[in-house]
Amino acid sequence: MSLLSYLINGISLGSVYAIIALGYTMVYGIAKMLNFAHGDVIMVGGYVVFVLASGMGLPPILAVLISMVVCTVLGMVIERVAYKPLRMAASPLAVLITAIGVSYLLQNLALLLFGANTKSFTSVVTIPAIVLAEGQLTISGETIVTIIACIVIMVGLTVFIKKTKAGQAMLAVSEDKGAAQLMGINVNGTIALTFAIGSALAAVAGVLLCSTYPSLTPYTGAMPGIKAFVAAVFGGIGSIPGAMIGGILLGIIEILGKAYISSQMADAIVFAVLIVVLLVKPTGILGKEIQEKV
Amino acid sequence: MKKFLSIAVASAMVAAALTGCGSNPSSDSTAPTEGTEGNASDSGTAEGGASAEGGVFKIGGIGPVTGAAAVYGQAVKNAAQLAVDEINAAGGINGAQIEFNFQDDEHDAEKAVNAYNTLKDWDMQVLLGTVTSTPCTAVVEKTHEDNLFHLTPSGSAVESIQYDNAFRVCFSDPNQGTASAQYIGENKLATKVAVIYNSSDVYSSGIYQTFATEAPNQGLEIVSAEAFTADSNTDFSVQLQKAKDAGAELVFLPIYYTEASIILGQADKMGFDPLFFGCDGLDGILAVEDFDISLAEGVMLLTPFAADAEDELTQSFVKAYQDSFGDVPNQFAADAYDGIYAIKAAIEKAGVTPDMSASDICDALKVSMTEITIDGLTGSGMTWGADGEPNKEPKAVKITDGAYAAM
Amino acid sequence: MNKMNRVTKQNLITYAIVIVAYLIVMLLGLTGHISSLMEGLLVPLCIYVILAVSLNLVVGILGELSLGHAGFMCVGAFAGAFFSMCTKEAMPAGLRFLLALVIGAAVAAVFGILIGIPVLRLRGDYLAIVTLAFGEIIKNLMNVLYIGRDETGFHFSMKDSMALGLSPEGKTIINGPQGITGTPHDASFTIGIALILLTLFIILNLIHSRDGRAIMAIRDNRIAAESIGINVTKYKLMAFTLSASIAGVAGVLYAHNLSTLTALPKNFGYNMSIMILVFVVLGGIGNIRGSVISAVVLTLLPELLRGLSDYRMLIYAVVLIAMMLFNWSPKAVTFRERYSLKRLLHREKTPDNHAAQ
Repeated sequence: MSLLSYLINGISLGSVYAIIALGYTMVYGIAKMLNFAHGDVIMVGGYVVFVLASGMGLPPILAVLISMVVCTVLGMVIERVAYKPLRMAASPLAVLITAIGVSYLLQNLALLLFGANTKSFTSVVTIPAIVLAEGQLTISGETIVTIIACIVIMVGLTVFIKKTKAGQAMLAVSEDKGAAQLMGINVNGTIALTFAIGSALAAVAGVLLCSTYPSLTPYTGAMPGIKAFVAAVFGGIGSIPGAMIGGILLGIIEILGKAYISSQMADAIVFAVLIVVLLVKPTGILGKEIQEKV
Repeated sequence: MKKFLSIAVASAMVAAALTGCGSNPSSDSTAPTEGTEGNASDSGTAEGGASAEGGVFKIGGIGPVTGAAAVYGQAVKNAAQLAVDEINAAGGINGAQIEFNFQDDEHDAEKAVNAYNTLKDWDMQVLLGTVTSTPCTAVVEKTHEDNLFHLTPSGSAVESIQYDNAFRVCFSDPNQGTASAQYIGENKLATKVAVIYNSSDVYSSGIYQTFATEAPNQGLEIVSAEAFTADSNTDFSVQLQKAKDAGAELVFLPIYYTEASIILGQADKMGFDPLFFGCDGLDGILAVEDFDISLAEGVMLLTPFAADAEDELTQSFVKAYQDSFGDVPNQFAADAYDGIYAIKAAIEKAGVTPDMSASDICDALKVSMTEITIDGLTGSGMTWGADGEPNKEPKAVKITDGAYAAM
Repeated sequence: MNKMNRVTKQNLITYAIVIVAYLIVMLLGLTGHISSLMEGLLVPLCIYVILAVSLNLVVGILGELSLGHAGFMCVGAFAGAFFSMCTKEAMPAGLRFLLALVIGAAVAAVFGILIGIPVLRLRGDYLAIVTLAFGEIIKNLMNVLYIGRDETGFHFSMKDSMALGLSPEGKTIINGPQGITGTPHDASFTIGIALILLTLFIILNLIHSRDGRAIMAIRDNRIAAESIGINVTKYKLMAFTLSASIAGVAGVLYAHNLSTLTALPKNFGYNMSIMILVFVVLGGIGNIRGSVISAVVLTLLPELLRGLSDYRMLIYAVVLIAMMLFNWSPKAVTFRERYSLKRLLHREKTPDNHAAQ
């Protein structure tokens, strides 16, 4: 029974990682950059909802929608100001470093605006928990919503990429930027759109993260961001179903590692499993094998 | 070309650093970092009056005001500034005003030493800091070398005050662990105890270890001891599940309230309802914005300070703090506030004057610190031993109806 | 011949910068013109310079992204500090510190090989994530490591200090999250500068040697390099291990500069690895002298911004972004080239020449 309960908790944690990883992997797939500021956009999304829902008393749904708009705009501004000028830079590392700069900037802005004190985030989820086996097992409403949101986003993104023009353009840009441009695709516009979608997803992820684990500080997004990045790589970075599988597996491994091996070494266990998986399958679980051209 | 430019910039900066600080240390203090949000004008007037009669005591502070531990550093910074402003408004220490300069250490030993050196360039005479244990252990080495009086509000590791020039306001880690075990044992709160602690934190693991050493002597059985780390402090379901499965009647939480607020919420969701018992790190939990305080119902903690205590001193402090900074002060703030008043009392007792050197002041304060008695926020009749440890009684409080009640 | 001279000249300039900086600082120190803050920063500056230069070997010369450099530093720091704590009374300070440096370098090199072998299978971002994972594992393990010593010998535990079962006279040397306390203060600016020069000597010589050219050939085109018979595994491992062991030396220096050594996210976590990477990228990937300069500038920057109080880290972030854009954006690069000092000087000179003719 306790194993089952650990598994449920693992899925609950994993679904939060998964939803963050979706945004990560999408931006990576198209812009080919590790957006280290993604975790901090999540934090911003959380604070916006906190201010609107708790501070001004707006209904949660409205607060979440406004938060998505704010994050979308933020994501596009970041992309325009900090990333776009470096897209053609001599090394892809340059944009990685600006992303880190943006991450510091967002954290310190939040610190100045909201202070360092922990805010307790009131859950926006009102669905009651499912109680099974006479109270031995509980699946919280947040977990249910997170998993549903995860699946909806995953399916939505897949359909969007396969069926719409903009989605096809994204696919083309991710395959070959130069060729896409020659085919008349607006590469800059497509990348901006990717950041817009990725940041809107970050807002959703922020709300669900803070609803499940209700504590909000300027550094809330940093560690889940890194874990989600690990999850995205785990599942094969750039692959949308991979992000979901990677996230959930990571959550389960973390919880089971804590439960059955050592709670002190939970981080080491997660990362060790990651290393082993990557050694066996160097491009992640669902990653594409890339043939090297001579 | 890039290189030339970089070199030019670099050398300009080095030159600025060297000449700016080196030849003219006092020039730095023109921008005393203390324009804390609400009371910029206060500190302005304080300085204005400073140059008057009695001279100026320069008290430095160090703690994390950015980074993950910022919440503790900001509390200390704000509360210390509050105490300094009060003292200055009331005429200072023996007629001398206080100038207070707080530097950020980002909860890092190396940055703390940098902050200490910055304050030294500012001609600091007494140090209130550092806020967290590890940086404090690094800085105490320096204050010992320089023979500078060092009072830490909240550095609780044993080594943080290992020299005779260093004192602390808070309890030491071993002290809290033993006291908690004794309290639980003597009051027969439970026999089966589970512990959830932060294994990457000095404070938390320090208390856990002394608690575990003392527990058998008190007839307590530790049925589960599970850890978490700073990198995985969002989900506590496993730790709680294990405590539940082991049949724990009481869960001991030697951790800070940020994580505790999540633990209480998750325990509630699991339908796990043991007694929760914590140390001073748990204080502040009721002040977390939007926290559902019904979750904390029945939580007990050993703390020297409770923000809603009835006494006049606490109430006026809490009100002044809220007026200036908007938040309810936590235990760190109270420690810092007491720390400034302890420095004041020690200075008055020793009769030192601002024109003395930092080393002479230290020699005098080392002695007078052990002779003073303070009625502060964190205890009445506080005294200090030559080892730097405070003598005060931790109060056990229980959260009932969303407020602390003495037990 | 001419080319050789140019390389030697460039290297000599790099050494000269370090030596001149050392002499200036010493001179200022002797005449009492150096602030306590600067004095305290001297050894950390040396540490970060060494770290940046050693990471540049992997990132710039080998062309692989590593996000776990702080992990090697951590291993070296703990190994060196552990040795110093054990032999605190038994050895004179100079010899002890020398041995500690050697031990730190050796242990970090062993970890470099351990991580290097599996990592050779991976490339690009996957390699980055594995090195990041490695750094986090090291930090996590250091936080649960307890080692004590009493008259019966060493005791070791991964749980807590009670599990060590020390006799009453025994002493805990590595105490979990509290790490090692009381490491002797052996590091000094002179030693730091000597280590920088040694690091520069090793790395600059490697780059301009046959081995270095092989490593760079792998970076530029692995398949082509392989096809002309370069042993890719050997050279990759060589660069990786060398870089790790130099990071270990920096770690030993770090441990002997502060009396307390703990593995916090701030000093040995991925944040630190990224910070070192920032030095390398800002200074110019593959540009050793640039690494030296940017490590110095970026370490000093937050300290010089202390006057800004609450806005310090915010301004730091803005300056970091601005510097990156200025240094790397193609537009800024063309702009800089068009209006560069050299070109302006050149332009002024040209009409002069005409006039002379």
